[in-house]
Amino acid sequence: MENQSCVKIINEWDIVAARQLGRNVAKELGFGTVDQARITTAISELARNIYLYAGQGQICIEKIYDGGKAGLRIVAVDSGPGINDLRQVMEDGYSTSGGLGAGLPGVKRLMDEFLIDSNPGTGTDIKATKWLR
Amino acid sequence: MNSTILNYIQNNKDSIFNHWLKATKENADERVTKVVSDQVFIGTSREFIDLIISNIKSSNEEFTSKLSDFSEKIVRLGWPLSFVTKGLQTFGKIVFEGMQEAGIVTQENQMKVIYEFDGWMTPMVNEVVNMYSATWERTVSLQKIALQELSAPLIPVFEGITVMPLVGTIDTERAKQIMENLLTGVVKHRSEVVLIDITGVPVVDTMVAHHIIQAADAVRLVGAKCMLVGIRPEIAQTIVNLGIDLNQFTTKNTLKKGVEAALELTSRKIVNVEGAE
Repeated sequence: MENQSCVKIINEWDIVAARQLGRNVAKELGFGTVDQARITTAISELARNIYLYAGQGQICIEKIYDGGKAGLRIVAVDSGPGINDLRQVMEDGYSTSGGLGAGLPGVKRLMDEFLIDSNPGTGTDIKATKWLR
Repeated sequence: MNSTILNYIQNNKDSIFNHWLKATKENADERVTKVVSDQVFIGTSREFIDLIISNIKSSNEEFTSKLSDFSEKIVRLGWPLSFVTKGLQTFGKIVFEGMQEAGIVTQENQMKVIYEFDGWMTPMVNEVVNMYSATWERTVSLQKIALQELSAPLIPVFEGITVMPLVGTIDTERAKQIMENLLTGVVKHRSEVVLIDITGVPVVDTMVAHHIIQAADAVRLVGAKCMLVGIRPEIAQTIVNLGIDLNQFTTKNTLKKGVEAALELTSRKIVNVEGAE
C-alpha cells in the first residue's frame, strides 16, 4: 500500500525511528502540535510494549481516508507471547514489569479509535486511529 | 602471484587504468561525483590502481599499511564502500578480459588463472571492507562516548539549587545515568532543590515519566526536593491523557519560574538593585 510505511522494532532505538516516522506522517497530514505529541507518544508506548514484551515486531503508520475525513492509523503487530487477560491490561495501574501501567489505557485515551486483538501464544495486533479534525 | 598476470598488469597499466576509469565513471553514482571534483577523482583513482598493483609487488605488511592509509583517505572523501568494492571487481574484470584478448588466458589454463586471480582479489576486498567497518565502528563508539558525556549534566546554579537540563530521547541506559548523576550530584553539591528541565525531551511517555518519578523519589530520599520544569503545553496534555500522576511534583512550565520557586523555597529571591546603571 502506498499510504503505509513500516518500521521493524528490534532494539530500543527503533522506537525512536518509529516515533520519527509517525511524527513526519502526522505533520504531512496536517495534525497540530498537540495531536502530533499524542500520536508520537502513542507510537512510543506501543513500540516500547513490543520491545519489552514481545522482543520484536513491527509498527506501521497508515494514512487513511474515510469519506471526507483523513486520519492516521498506527498498526502494531508482534508475534510475542500475547496477552492473557485483555480486560486487565486495559485497566489503569496494571503492569507486569513494574512500570506505571498506564501504557495501553493511555494509548486508548490518546487516540480516537483503539482496537486490540491478542491471543496467548500467537501475538498481539493493535490498531489505533486518530482522525484529523 | 603468477608472473604472467603480474607482467600483463605492469605492461598494460595505462590502458587498464583508462579502461577502468571509464567503466567506474559510468558506474559512479551522484553521491561520489557530486562531492569529488574530476581532478581529485582521477588522482585518487590512480592512487587506487597503483595501490592494487603495489599489492602484487610489495610485501604484505607494506601493503596493509598503505591500504589503511588509502582507506582512511577515501572514508574522509566520503566514497561509499559499494563504490570501492565495485571498483575492485571492475579492475579484476578488465584485467581478466584484457588477458583473454591478448591470448594469455587460454582454454587450458583458464581455471588455474581464475583461482589465482581470486586468491589475490578476495583478501584485498576483505581488507578494504574491514578497514571501512573499523573506521565506522570507531566513529560510532566515539559518538557514543560523546553522547554519554552530554547525556545527564548537572549544573549547580545557586547555593543549594542545581539544574539538570535534559535534551533528546531518554532510553533505559540514559535513565540510569540520570538517576546516578542526580543522586551523586545532589550529595556533592549539597543541593536542597533540584530542577529537572525537560524542555528538550521530544516525547514523554510512560517509561520516561516512570524514570523521572523514580529519580525524584530517590532524590527525596537523600533529602532534597525535586522540581519538574519545562513542560510544554502539548506534553502536559499527553501526560494527562496517559493518566500519569505527577502530583508529588512541583511543576513549572519554564526553567525561569522553576528557579524563582526554588529560591523561594530556600528563602531567597531575586531583586532589582536600585541605583544601578
